[in-house]
Amino acid sequence: MAIQRPAGEFDYSYAYDMSTIRQRWQWALLLLFLAALYTLPLYASQSIVSLVNRIGISIIAVQGLNLLTGYTGQISIGQAAFMTVGGYISALLVNSLGWPFPAALLAAALGAGVIGLLFGLPSLRVKGFYLTMATLAAQFIIPWFTRQAFPEVLNGAQGVNVNVPVMFGVEFNEPGKYIYLTLTILIVTTTVAHNVSRSRLGRAFVAIRDNDLAAELLGVSLFKYKLQAFFLAAVYAGVSGSLMAHSLRHINSETFNLVDSVILLGMLVVGGLGTNLGAIFGATVVELIIEGATLSAPFFVKLFPATAAGMIQALRPLFFGFTLMLFLIFEPRGLAHRWQLFKAAWRLRPFSH
Amino acid sequence: MSKDPIHLNVDNISLSFGGTQALMNVSFEVERGEILAIIGPNGAGKTSTLNCISGFYRPDRGSISYEGQDITKTPTHKIARLGIARTFQNIALYTGLSTLDNLMAARHVQMRSGMLACMLYWGFAHREDIEHRRVVEEIIDFLEIEHIRKAVVGALPHGLRKRVELGRALALEPNLLLLDEPMTGMNLEEKEDMARFILDIHELKNTTIVLIEHDMGLVMDIADRIVVLDFGSKIAEGAPEEIRNNPAVIQAYLGQEY
Ligand SMILES: Nc1ncnc2c1ncn2[C@@H]1O[C@H](COP(=O)(O)OP(=O)(O)O)[C@@H](O)[C@H]1O
Ligand SMILES: [Mg+2]
Repeated sequence: MAIQRPAGEFDYSYAYDMSTIRQRWQWALLLLFLAALYTLPLYASQSIVSLVNRIGISIIAVQGLNLLTGYTGQISIGQAAFMTVGGYISALLVNSLGWPFPAALLAAALGAGVIGLLFGLPSLRVKGFYLTMATLAAQFIIPWFTRQAFPEVLNGAQGVNVNVPVMFGVEFNEPGKYIYLTLTILIVTTTVAHNVSRSRLGRAFVAIRDNDLAAELLGVSLFKYKLQAFFLAAVYAGVSGSLMAHSLRHINSETFNLVDSVILLGMLVVGGLGTNLGAIFGATVVELIIEGATLSAPFFVKLFPATAAGMIQALRPLFFGFTLMLFLIFEPRGLAHRWQLFKAAWRLRPFSH
Repeated sequence: MSKDPIHLNVDNISLSFGGTQALMNVSFEVERGEILAIIGPNGAGKTSTLNCISGFYRPDRGSISYEGQDITKTPTHKIARLGIARTFQNIALYTGLSTLDNLMAARHVQMRSGMLACMLYWGFAHREDIEHRRVVEEIIDFLEIEHIRKAVVGALPHGLRKRVELGRALALEPNLLLLDEPMTGMNLEEKEDMARFILDIHELKNTTIVLIEHDMGLVMDIADRIVVLDFGSKIAEGAPEEIRNNPAVIQAYLGQEY
């Protein structure tokens, strides 16, 4: 090197260049936003709090799917099946064995991860469409297993009731309390997903997605990293499934079904594949739209009185379907991409006219 | 590391695809620190030869050894770890990543952060990223691609993508560099830049280079030795001067262009 730089200057500048949040006002904004979320139960209605709770839990599942499908390029429609695994594991550990909730949550994460890894094995032989079919298998095998196996423990198609989590003497038995649990775990999962995506592991994932041939010739073991992606995605599903089961206080083979897997994938598309913001935007927007379907049901009932019964059930997939189609037509790269464009325009603002 | 002057030994390899015989009993040696060019008409088997060396194709017969070690059956992803890096005839970059991240991704084999370290990031993975970022920045400086450091490579023009791909191969700090038509589709100025980079790499790091190239003028200028393939067989081997005057070569290949 021709230029002698002062010692430590590199460290400072590369670390700074690599940091995500660079300015004080950005930190302040983030903390303000989190504070607003944590104090939500103080000023928002119960139904809003429980909606935010549901959004948070969905985000976690989508974040996992994003690692697998968005970053590694392995399309999976089995994410809800691994939520089922996580939900059952933590339900049984808390209910039957009296485990403390955090330990059960961790076990749910790891247990779902291992099962996810098993269903990821076909990815070593097949790609694309065929692999997607293999992940679909999880969606049939796992619910079947919960219905048929160990009826004295899993209680067949009826499923099992799930205790509310108790920690530090607090019973998390209403949305206003549960949301603290969800938000805290969501902060952890978001941080971890971000860390994975910006490190060696994330670069290996994207290498496999963008050019698996080159990745392998440049030293990335497809075997190892595809399985790690499946494992991580299912770990996230396990956490999400456990949180959902304890919040619903019940789980059966249909709590997380094929439609949920498809919706999770749709959330990812709406938000934008392969970006961390995308998972958050996508899950939020789609959950809000599905909520909109519920809220607008009375209006549609007036419009089509003949089909009043089951209107909500009919409207949700309809709203979801339309949202997905509109996004595929107008913003196939998702909301995160739109956000990037918006930010770029904002930064150029004084010069753009 | 062995001091064997033979860096790579391709011993009598044959390869076929269904009815096509892509390679037939091809043998040659690459000496440590030399630039060896492989030339031949389209479909002669040049790319297939590189694919066999880098473990992407497996020869039906014959063997390949690198630094005295048989690598014919080494798993593909372990070849890079041995110090063999390559570029591709049809650019094979990680299109969704920036120039910087393409090079960082190629540091994969030198880095050690496992899944847990990456999930936690702060501490080991972060320190390791900074450490390797320094090496990558040196390569970026060397190849004069600072201005596209943060650009997503999918959107770059052809000539720059070729250069980024060379950078990605260099990020592996290879002892043996395989370049498949690094100058194809470039204008004269870009070709000269690329030739200069190749010669500089060779000089600065004493990297052994195997190069496939169509531009005969350039090949004659930069190669120490040349191997000529035609219809999957080696028809000549020698210094540029000998190849220029070899009748078989002139007939098979040069005749068309000279
Ligand atoms: N993957 C493949 N499948 C079928 N045939 C192939 C494959 N790769 C190379 N070939 C054939 O092998 C021969 C040599 O190809 P190649 O090594 O690419 O030639 P070159 O690089 O010298 O132009 C050609 O006839 C080509 O069609
Ligand atoms: Mg070729």
